[in-house]
Amino acid sequence: MTASADNLTLRCENLHRFLGQGEGRVHVLKGVSFEAHRGQVYAIVGPSGCGKSTLLYQLGLLDQPDDGRIWIKNQLMSNSDDAARTAARGEHIGFVFQFHFLMSEFTALENVMMPMRKLGSLLPEAMSERARLLLDAVGLGGKTHRRPTQLSGGEQQRVAIARALANQPAILLADEPTGNLDQANSALVFDLLMRLAKENGQAIVLVTHNPDIANRCDIVRPMRDGVFV
Amino acid sequence: MLMSLACIVLGVGLFIVTQATTRGFEEFFIKTILGTDGAIRIQDEIQATIRSMAASNSGSGFQIAQKEGRKYVEGIQEPRLLIEALHHFPNVSGAAEVLRGNLTLQSSFNSASAQVFGITLEEYLKVSDLASQIVHGSLENFRNEPEGALVGQVLAEHLQLAVGDSFILKTNDQNCRYRVAAIYETGVSEVDRIRVYLHLSATRSLLQQATGASYIQVNVFNKDRTPEDALQMERTLNHNVTPWQEREKTWLETFRALSLSTAITVSVFTLIAGLAMFNTLAMIVMEKTKEIAILRSMGYTRHDISFIFIWQAVIVLAIGAILGWMLGAGVTYGVSKIPLPLTGIFKTDTFVVSWSIWHYVEATVTAVIMVMVASLIPAYRAARLEPGDVIRGTAQ
Repeated sequence: MTASADNLTLRCENLHRFLGQGEGRVHVLKGVSFEAHRGQVYAIVGPSGCGKSTLLYQLGLLDQPDDGRIWIKNQLMSNSDDAARTAARGEHIGFVFQFHFLMSEFTALENVMMPMRKLGSLLPEAMSERARLLLDAVGLGGKTHRRPTQLSGGEQQRVAIARALANQPAILLADEPTGNLDQANSALVFDLLMRLAKENGQAIVLVTHNPDIANRCDIVRPMRDGVFV
Repeated sequence: MLMSLACIVLGVGLFIVTQATTRGFEEFFIKTILGTDGAIRIQDEIQATIRSMAASNSGSGFQIAQKEGRKYVEGIQEPRLLIEALHHFPNVSGAAEVLRGNLTLQSSFNSASAQVFGITLEEYLKVSDLASQIVHGSLENFRNEPEGALVGQVLAEHLQLAVGDSFILKTNDQNCRYRVAAIYETGVSEVDRIRVYLHLSATRSLLQQATGASYIQVNVFNKDRTPEDALQMERTLNHNVTPWQEREKTWLETFRALSLSTAITVSVFTLIAGLAMFNTLAMIVMEKTKEIAILRSMGYTRHDISFIFIWQAVIVLAIGAILGWMLGAGVTYGVSKIPLPLTGIFKTDTFVVSWSIWHYVEATVTAVIMVMVASLIPAYRAARLEPGDVIRGTAQ
């Protein structure tokens, strides 16, 4: 196996996806192929409705393709059942969305511990310790016991990043991670993602409309009408 | 959730109270009838009719006893032999022969139809609660007085009889004078209105029946085993044997119907609790679709998502059940102190309640079934949510 193949963490081939029904049925992804290697940051850019987010959800196994294949760490996942896809998400993939989707009933620490609780590979003390380390890494070490409502928008998104990294995933998928933040917080969140990806050797795929952010990524893949251009 | 909780508490609590009171009265009724007429009654000898059945080859001589062909010979010819045989049944605690006859009782003021029951006192005390049913006079008077009689409370009041008064029992052939040794009260008006107990020898003389008995009253150690015992006795002793469950079938069915109807009525509260739970959880599922999607994206399975919602229902159910038990126990205790003088099918001065763990179990099982069924549907809906659909709907 070559070094390049060894670093390949995510691959898709000829993905097709239709959304809607009847006359409203739209061919959103029209045979998209994509690869992501560890330690690289990829930006998928394009106008609204071109299929960026749909592709991201396909890559994150949140949605099933109508045709085509997806490999996560060289394991074919596109045809696998819901249980296998769910397990792969828990073990290999971290998500950051435009909206933080934190659980308002839980503290920042508990939110970060949630993926670890599900994976169950650490003891409770170790989970708590790792969650503190992650929150510390995103600059929220002093706010671990605050609830999401007691944090600012930027802080909430940083908690979401810490949560996405909880199980040390090989792939981090981010859908407009800075779309809901001001410029200062956008830069902070993006710098954080870049630093963690480089430090941990993760493959990061992010969808963005922000050209400044896209230009700072290692690889930029523009999309239009359901295909890469 | 609060409404659901309140309905669970009310449903469980009231279920317990209604079952405690209806079963309480039922158990008290059973205790009364067992103390009055015993657990088993043996009467009328069976004279089975043997019918021949034609076999394919004639002259086989094959015969079979058919139930519909049974005939009964009224009364018991050899009561002492039967009583001796009955003592071989391990569940039998006592057996007493009773000679019964219809006649007229005449006091100084009035006369009334009555039934005389000739008994051997010591034997009869083993198959009834007669000793504890005496309200005036004493059994000692009766024991020591060959012409003494035990008269029912209602009959004594009707004829204005008191302990020590004499009265006449009239049959077709003779009139005999007796003295009231004691007055008893079973609480069963049918008994207290008509029954007069005499010594067996006095009754034989009065009814001019030197041998035999009308029936044998049997008491048992385990009242719930009487149907099986009765069946075995009937086969062995060749007499018609009636267990108390069959004898008092009408009343027992009435109590059972009452118990069931009250259980159904109060289960409406639990049903409302279930509906409230369904409504609440369905709302939560609608409100928390994003959270469900994000949990799914973290690796939580459909089963995990269902479990979260079911767990919420279980917590509310557990709290509701515990509070319901407390409410039920408290109200049951309070009800048992309410004065309620009753006679007719039994005699009581207060509400009769039954303390049984099974009422709590039944109430809880009813609540569990209704609430869990109601929570399964929203939990299933939550589990079926596709994370991609939810997040796409929010993000785009």
